[in-house]
Amino acid sequence: MNSLELFTINNLWMLVATILVFIMHLGFSALETGLTRTKNTVNILFKNVSIISIGLLTYALCGFNLMYPGDFSFGQFFGFGGWGLNVPAGDAGLIEYASGKYTYYTDFIFQAMFAATAATIVSGAVAERIKLNSFLLFSLLYVAFIYPIAGSWKWGGGFLHQMGFYDFAGSTVVHSVGGWAALVCAYLLGPRIGKYTKGGVKPIMGHNMPLAAIGVFLLWFGWYGFNGGSVLSADPGSVSYVFVTTSLSAAAGIIGSLLASVFYLKTNDLSMILNGSLAGLVGITAGADVISPMNAIYVGLISGMLVVFSIVFFDKIKIDDPVGAISVHLVCGIWGTLAVGIFSTNHSFATQFIGVLSYGIFSTLSAFLIFYSIKVLMGVRVSEEEEIIGLDIAEHEMESYSGFQIFTVE
Amino acid sequence: MKLIIAIVQPEELPEIKEELLKRKIYKFTVSNALGQGKEIPIQEVYRGISHEITLLKKVRLEIAVNNDYVDPAVEAICKVANKYQDKGRGKIFILPIEECIRIRTNEKGKKAIG
Repeated sequence: MNSLELFTINNLWMLVATILVFIMHLGFSALETGLTRTKNTVNILFKNVSIISIGLLTYALCGFNLMYPGDFSFGQFFGFGGWGLNVPAGDAGLIEYASGKYTYYTDFIFQAMFAATAATIVSGAVAERIKLNSFLLFSLLYVAFIYPIAGSWKWGGGFLHQMGFYDFAGSTVVHSVGGWAALVCAYLLGPRIGKYTKGGVKPIMGHNMPLAAIGVFLLWFGWYGFNGGSVLSADPGSVSYVFVTTSLSAAAGIIGSLLASVFYLKTNDLSMILNGSLAGLVGITAGADVISPMNAIYVGLISGMLVVFSIVFFDKIKIDDPVGAISVHLVCGIWGTLAVGIFSTNHSFATQFIGVLSYGIFSTLSAFLIFYSIKVLMGVRVSEEEEIIGLDIAEHEMESYSGFQIFTVE
Repeated sequence: MKLIIAIVQPEELPEIKEELLKRKIYKFTVSNALGQGKEIPIQEVYRGISHEITLLKKVRLEIAVNNDYVDPAVEAICKVANKYQDKGRGKIFILPIEECIRIRTNEKGKKAIG
């Protein structure tokens, strides 16, 4: 087979993977909607739709060139390749761009979908109480500057890459970066009214479990592109290997969370095993191509258990995360990154740890700086009255299920 | 003319309906209701937190009948509800009706109700 045909196949697979990552946004929207209350549904969908737009546009404007600057201008920490998309002319932007694996444009659009994913993670953790404009402004700044700068340290060839830090598809670079921001924002925002009372923790139930389940299946579906596309070619061996580790870890994540739910929580909680499968997926994302399939099962199993304990833990310290985004993306993102150091002989645990720590410090500090400034300048939280009426009416003057009879008890 | 309002457990509704039809009572209204009675509250668990549900789902039956049909209607409801021995079988309220008008024909009183 000549290389032009192989190039076409490689590039086509990368574009299919891009489509799969795109559909994850529908998954996020459905999951977040399902695990929150009826009265905030329009607001949640509004945020999710806006984020894909913010993610793609800012990535085109500056994100791509911050994440892949070519040359770094400040140590190996920061570089900027210029505004907009600067496609190399002729074959340099096509077959020669990545040795026949994908074109410049494919590279851009695949990475742009990832950028939008990182911002979406925050949305779930701050749901049902954040001011729409404050959230959009935060997402804009975080995804335009912080995510790509942090990403350049590994995927752009920065200092962590040179140290040997490994993160295949972004347990840290995408999920933890989003997860740290989710943690900071949920902390600064405070819990939803009625969640932590004098009488203890009160559950605020999600209103649509079928939608939550559809969301999780869509996310899993999309993950084949997230991880499978991160091979960055259609290499038969690598792509199929990644499909296997990804699937096994997600499946083991369900078992892990099921065991934790039955033995620790004494119930069969659907929302927990939904989170458990996502935990397995986030966990394997860092090492999907270097962790053996059998070890992927361990990674997933531990991720699944971890997510249940983590959700209970965050409720104990009164950080209110309606959908479990912090537990899934941050906690399992960290675990998955460290797991590369444990299960892969070619990577050191210490380097993985330094990577996790570097991203943790940078993401937390910058998220805090941005979100705290917004809090001081324009406020981040809707009024008590607006929160009780629901953000659908308060922020959008619109109902999510007009014409349906909805029974509200409290 | 009397208005019978019965608050019963939802699972009893199909049988009650059958018993009412057997006694030639064909017209009634059913609505969803939430209520708190003598029954034991339900425990639910969501994401690791258990909580008690005291307002439980009920069915509210409204049957407007002529006086002769009051006893059969009450009998029909009680027959089904008393099959269960636990607490929380519900209540029946009987109220006098001042007037009843069939909207289409403008018939009033006994004629309109039957």
